[in-house]
Amino acid sequence: MTGLLQIRGLNVAFSGFRAITDLDLTVAAGELRFLIGPNGAGKTTLIDVITGLTRPTSGSVRFAGEELVGRREHRIVRLGIGRTFQTSVVFEQLTVLENLDLAASFRRPLAARLRRRRDVSDQVAAALETTGLADLAYRPAGVLSHGQRQWLEIGMLLAQQPRLLLLDEPVAGMSRDERARTGELLRQVARDHTVIVVEHDMDFLRRFASTVTVLHEGRLLCEGTVAQVQADPRVQEVYLGRTRRETAELVKEAS
Amino acid sequence: MSAAVDVPGKGAGAARRWRLAGPALFTGAAVLLLIAPAVLSPFRLDLLGKYLCFAIVAVGIGLAWGRGGMLTLGQGVFFGLGGYAMGMHLKLREAGPGGLPDFMVWSGVESLPALWRPFANPVFALAMVVLLPVTVAVLLGLLVFRQRVRGAYFAVLSQALAAAFVILLVGQQGLTGGTNGLTNFQTFFGLDLYQPGDKRILYLVVAGVLGVVFLVAWQLARSRFGQLLVAVRDGEDRVRFLGYDPAVVKTIAFAVSAGMAGIAGALFVPMVGLLSPANLGIVASLELLIGVAVGGRFSLAGAVGGALLVNYAKTIFSEQSADNWVYLQGAMFVVVMLWAPRGLAGVFTDVRAALGHRWRPRPAPAATRPTDATPAADPSATDPPPAGAQREEVRA
Repeated sequence: MTGLLQIRGLNVAFSGFRAITDLDLTVAAGELRFLIGPNGAGKTTLIDVITGLTRPTSGSVRFAGEELVGRREHRIVRLGIGRTFQTSVVFEQLTVLENLDLAASFRRPLAARLRRRRDVSDQVAAALETTGLADLAYRPAGVLSHGQRQWLEIGMLLAQQPRLLLLDEPVAGMSRDERARTGELLRQVARDHTVIVVEHDMDFLRRFASTVTVLHEGRLLCEGTVAQVQADPRVQEVYLGRTRRETAELVKEAS
Repeated sequence: MSAAVDVPGKGAGAARRWRLAGPALFTGAAVLLLIAPAVLSPFRLDLLGKYLCFAIVAVGIGLAWGRGGMLTLGQGVFFGLGGYAMGMHLKLREAGPGGLPDFMVWSGVESLPALWRPFANPVFALAMVVLLPVTVAVLLGLLVFRQRVRGAYFAVLSQALAAAFVILLVGQQGLTGGTNGLTNFQTFFGLDLYQPGDKRILYLVVAGVLGVVFLVAWQLARSRFGQLLVAVRDGEDRVRFLGYDPAVVKTIAFAVSAGMAGIAGALFVPMVGLLSPANLGIVASLELLIGVAVGGRFSLAGAVGGALLVNYAKTIFSEQSADNWVYLQGAMFVVVMLWAPRGLAGVFTDVRAALGHRWRPRPAPAATRPTDATPAADPSATDPPPAGAQREEVRA
């Protein structure tokens, strides 16, 4: 397996504050990678750097051999990287179907986009199917619940047909049922995509993660399976300093 | 109407009835405009022709502002660029001895400035009517939108552009006719502008152009590009992560609206017989916008209707007392912005939805495509959901 995404010597600073320091990270094609860490660990910043939203002070981010640093956001999307946001943003005035169609259509030439959509393309139909939103296809996205919005976002991501998916806290604010459904969706997506998930929810992590990378104060703390990471004393210490409840969970799990 | 043919023939009977309402409205409006020359006096027909020119600008504003969220307060600039391109050509056609337009003779200009020369060619002049405003809009758009200037900042910038354009025109007396602008047009490509019969033909040309411009904007609005434009309006930063460059999307819409304004300006010149900086400055640009706001910026039909209505009201009130119009117009703008941000078209949609909800059978889920449930030629399909009403309409 070769590294689809290779991050080397990455540094990000916001007016003096070092958000990410000397980070090296490799994600292989086909992997489902979880990115965890206490608040301020630099998880979202890392996603922002990969997708071009934030410019690093130094370092390199290579995707399938292409350097991403310095490229504009939509160019990075066109290389095959898609992302979701912590607070889902869907286009409320457009229907679910139109949202998905928009996500699927960026490869169409401009002239084709001046025409009206007359059918449902295969990838849009597939995204509707996978996310279970087919019944809501013709409803405006504005009427969707929080969970449905997140699924629509994941569906839009699938419709883009990216090679790498970056999900920023996909289950935040979701009910237990919604979380379980999102997990299943994630498993399904991970079957034929490379996926990086930023997540706080430990329960969700234990159930669905295979490889976990722990960030702490902008540095890579450790990497491994869920069990390895939870057994790592450094991880326990980091979480001890942050939230006692989660640490207790970690310790209990490790012992 | 080709518009009616394009509509897919599926859907419940009631939904289909509304779907035909759009083309019916379009046809009705077309018929009214076509019989107007037979009914109105030449004086009134001239005024209507002038309103139609403003309506062409309004269609462009509806696209740029309503769909694209670009509050353009400088549409007069593009109107003026098209207008001056046409005016310069007409002036050269009617030039007196020495090939100089009348105002140049009065200002003591002795030979035709180099800038004017190519405008003697009708093909060049007609091309410039569209190309000048489009080029300016593309350059400005790429520069401004790429720097992510938007919202009020863009509005102020476009207004400053209108102010600068007027200063430029007024300052170049010998080149542009200064404050007086270009006046005293006699003919328009063989039409005698002092003949009511010829003026009627010109009016029909203007009405025809408005129809074409409207259909172009309508097709754009319902295309994938139109949806993308709405998406850019509502979530520009999100659109980037769908693989599109919002700056390009906005620039295209802005350039189309500029081109439409340019065409309107070019038709305004023969219709009204003069073009001066007063027709395209800050106040004129704002008046164009107010019409669209009153009619409803999210609906192209609303934009056209608003432009006609506001300009008609202006004429009526100005005939009685010129001063009061300014206050009334301001009050109208405030009222619309506060209580009916979607304008008259929005009020109409709400009323229709409220009425329709009472007697219309609920359509089956498969037929409840919101885009089709609204009349085809009423591109208000992507209006912000009227509180409750439209949501009810699409509920399965």
